[in-house]
Amino acid sequence: MSSALKRTVPASAHKMDRWLQQVGLHRVAATVLIFACLPWVMPYPSLAINILIYGLYAVGFNLLFGYTGLLSFGHAAFLGVGAYTAGILIAQHGASWWWAIPAAVAMAALVALAMGLLAIRTRGIYFAMVTLALSQCVYFIVYQLPASGGENGLRGVNLAEVSVAGLKLNLLDPMQKYYFVVVFVAAAMFVLSRILASPFGGVIEAVRENESRARACGFDIERTKLLAFVLSAAFCGLAGALNAIHLSSVPIETLHYSTSGMVVMLCLLGGMGTYFGPFVGAALFLGVQDLASAYTENWQLYVGALFVLFVLFFPKGVWGSFLERIRHGR
Amino acid sequence: MNLTVDLLALQLFTGVALGAIYVLLAVGLSLIFGMLTVVNFAHGAFFMLGAYAGVWLADRTGSFWWALLLAPPLVAALGMLCERWLIRPLYGRGIDYPLLLTFGLAYMMVEAVRMVFGKAALPFDTPEALQGATSLGFTDFPTYRLFVIAVVVALLLALWLLIEKTPFGLIVRAGARDPVIVRVLGVDVSRVWLVVFGVGTGIAALAGVLSAPLQGVSPEMGTSVLTVAFVVTVVGGMGSLMGAVVAGLLIGIVESMAVLFFPEAAKVSMFVIMAAVLLLRPQGLFGRAGLLA
Repeated sequence: MSSALKRTVPASAHKMDRWLQQVGLHRVAATVLIFACLPWVMPYPSLAINILIYGLYAVGFNLLFGYTGLLSFGHAAFLGVGAYTAGILIAQHGASWWWAIPAAVAMAALVALAMGLLAIRTRGIYFAMVTLALSQCVYFIVYQLPASGGENGLRGVNLAEVSVAGLKLNLLDPMQKYYFVVVFVAAAMFVLSRILASPFGGVIEAVRENESRARACGFDIERTKLLAFVLSAAFCGLAGALNAIHLSSVPIETLHYSTSGMVVMLCLLGGMGTYFGPFVGAALFLGVQDLASAYTENWQLYVGALFVLFVLFFPKGVWGSFLERIRHGR
Repeated sequence: MNLTVDLLALQLFTGVALGAIYVLLAVGLSLIFGMLTVVNFAHGAFFMLGAYAGVWLADRTGSFWWALLLAPPLVAALGMLCERWLIRPLYGRGIDYPLLLTFGLAYMMVEAVRMVFGKAALPFDTPEALQGATSLGFTDFPTYRLFVIAVVVALLLALWLLIEKTPFGLIVRAGARDPVIVRVLGVDVSRVWLVVFGVGTGIAALAGVLSAPLQGVSPEMGTSVLTVAFVVTVVGGMGSLMGAVVAGLLIGIVESMAVLFFPEAAKVSMFVIMAAVLLLRPQGLFGRAGLLA
């Protein structure tokens, strides 16, 4: 049986496959290595910072969509809550970054807990609709908060200098800012790899593959989904906090529906359910945006068309298709 | 605040008119979902396209009535093209894919409209015959809003007749319950789906034209409307037309009452209703339990 199913695989593919497995064993290290080189191949460092931050945002989303199989259209709420929490703490309460950032992560997780308790009660396709509606609710609430700055967004999130154990970083220098962000993103990627390797990581994939069966195996599906939702939001909250520091401000559009939609696109373009895919998706999206906006105002039309083509023909995304190609030696 | 019965009645009627538009949106969404099990994320975009088609047609023909009559079939035709060539290949590939595709379509449609009509919002005049106010006995009420309510009632009646009293409606109802059996009986379900998608998007476009004189026309008008349509369908119960009607009116009325009593909570009111329904009756007011479990 198994020999009948075996493909004729070129030797080079075997080599590539084995090499890829080796890389996969050290995926955190490999990711950090790529991050370290990234700003040197980008036209300007701020694009590299954006790729990192939006990649991290997509990583959080991917934990829920790619690994747990739940499609949320409300993740802007977590990016936004993280950004506003860190931003308000830094700009209005003079907080230092080392507790503003964890506070932002915690706040995003807390909002996700409240949203999740409602959204998880629904099944299947309702989930996307309910998360969208609830995130819109978060938008209206934050918009009306006096501290948020409403329409104009939050200004003055100034963090010019960071000193850790005697080492001083000047965040006005884009390169130093980039490596400041890398530290957090790398830490998040380490945490993600531990989550995925844990028994919980197995359970969420079981939920994605066959929910009824996972339930029959005795797993508490509702709790698993809720925890995945909260963890996913925590990553997005961190991305939001980093973005607030990067931009020195929080535009109200951070909470907008289009930001929720964007992360869906990033994740699908890159490759859902893959470890590194979200960063590939972010690089592709921001790259196309960067290139196309030099020639046309209507870059969204091209990004949208690209997305539709991917949904129709490459649902595994760039990175997912690449991995599959190597694995099957095609 | 000076509260009178008149003011309350006026606000109630405003709520009904607002709710009538919500009902139209949710009915189309619910109809498409009930048959095709596709959550149409482009529903707001079709609503917006309807409004722009109305602007263009009113400009060409010089008459609101031609715009109202022609915009829905025009948009419905586009909707049917999308169903046939883009959504149909995705059936059987998991429930998220048609949703993602319609999301991408909406993204493109908004940008395409920006390219053609510009980014700025356009005004849309209330037709002359419907300007001014009509006396309802206890209060004066804008004539155009009364007209909106009348059109929605007429449309719902027609839809009800179509679904409950015609052979086509019989297939629609049977297809919503079990498409496989209907196919076994020799009915070409895919053709029915095509028509249903067209009808659903056409109704969204009609809602777009109707609301254009109330709020003007802008490329982003579909986004907020999409949220409302989702909230209404979640509250009413997915796939239930009755639920869409009741929930749409309920949310319209609560929203306009909230404007009177707690203006700052008006926009959040519908989410409070949704949260309450999710806690007490997750399948929606008129939804069947276990749908898509």
